[in-house]
Amino acid sequence: MQRPIATTRSATGIPTGKLAVWWLIASEIVIFGGVLGGYIMHRLGHPDWAHQAVNTNTWAGAFNTFVLLTSSLAAVLAHQAAEHGDGKKAAKMLYLTVLGGLVFLVVKSFEWHHEISHGMTITSNTFWSFYYTAAGVHGVHVIVGMIIMLFIASDAAKGKELQRVENVGLYWHFVDIVWIFLFPLLYIAK
Amino acid sequence: MADLTASAPGAVAAPAHHGPSYVKTWGILLALLVVSVVGPMLEIRVVTLITAFGVALVKAYIVAKYFMHIDIERRYVSYLLAVMVVLMGLMVAAVSPDVLKHEGKNWENRAAKKSVLLGEKKAAEAAAHGGTHGAAPAAGAAQH
Repeated sequence: MQRPIATTRSATGIPTGKLAVWWLIASEIVIFGGVLGGYIMHRLGHPDWAHQAVNTNTWAGAFNTFVLLTSSLAAVLAHQAAEHGDGKKAAKMLYLTVLGGLVFLVVKSFEWHHEISHGMTITSNTFWSFYYTAAGVHGVHVIVGMIIMLFIASDAAKGKELQRVENVGLYWHFVDIVWIFLFPLLYIAK
Repeated sequence: MADLTASAPGAVAAPAHHGPSYVKTWGILLALLVVSVVGPMLEIRVVTLITAFGVALVKAYIVAKYFMHIDIERRYVSYLLAVMVVLMGLMVAAVSPDVLKHEGKNWENRAAKKSVLLGEKKAAEAAAHGGTHGAAPAAGAAQH
């Protein structure tokens, strides 16, 4: 069977598909770094933002951190199962990871609904512009990760392309790391 | 993963897992999460900085090391990511004086100054009205 070049070529000592994921993560560091760096600078320059920040729900943010850390555990256990050639278990763990992403998004949607209904919208203040942009871009990454993971889990369940389990796991752990920094910046620094 | 190495000529087989078990690592991450939530409740600036932001760095390090296995990946992957972090730091360092300062020798950022004053005024009004929350912005409030 003809296999994709990302799977079969390894000029650098790392399979090309996995190398591509590392490059993707490298570019994402600049994207999220720019947003977070911009936020930190403006936050320091605008002490009055603290009066807006008190409106974010620390407990919702903490719960979502718990959810993402747990989904990361599921992702790494999926990788471990794939390493052992157990596609069915890898798929099961990936589905659990997707479930974690879903719970994260549901909590986020309740949060946003509450905030928007109380007048805290993306245009009401620059703090909220950063809040919705940073959390929104992160949320889009969660959704994209979930969609890709569903395709990979479907293949893994049939024992196909198990190397992709690690690749999508790397991406998911990175999304988790971004949230690890978003949580104190948006929810704890009051 | 036998299937992997067979299908990727020249690829390096993933090394065996090292360090604490994944579940144990997850437990450590959850304990650190509790610290990062409880620490700032003391409302001591230094403690908040350490428990919220210091612990975030530790959590990110643990995820990168034990979940992403970055320490057993080819060295240039770490270099690649480090270069991106340095570039990001350079960008922030270069831009920060313009953002953090609201006036200089021959310039003044009136919009920023106005925004700070307006924000503080709204917070004072909210406090005067006995609000326990911060000043929730009305739609169309002044932007920086």
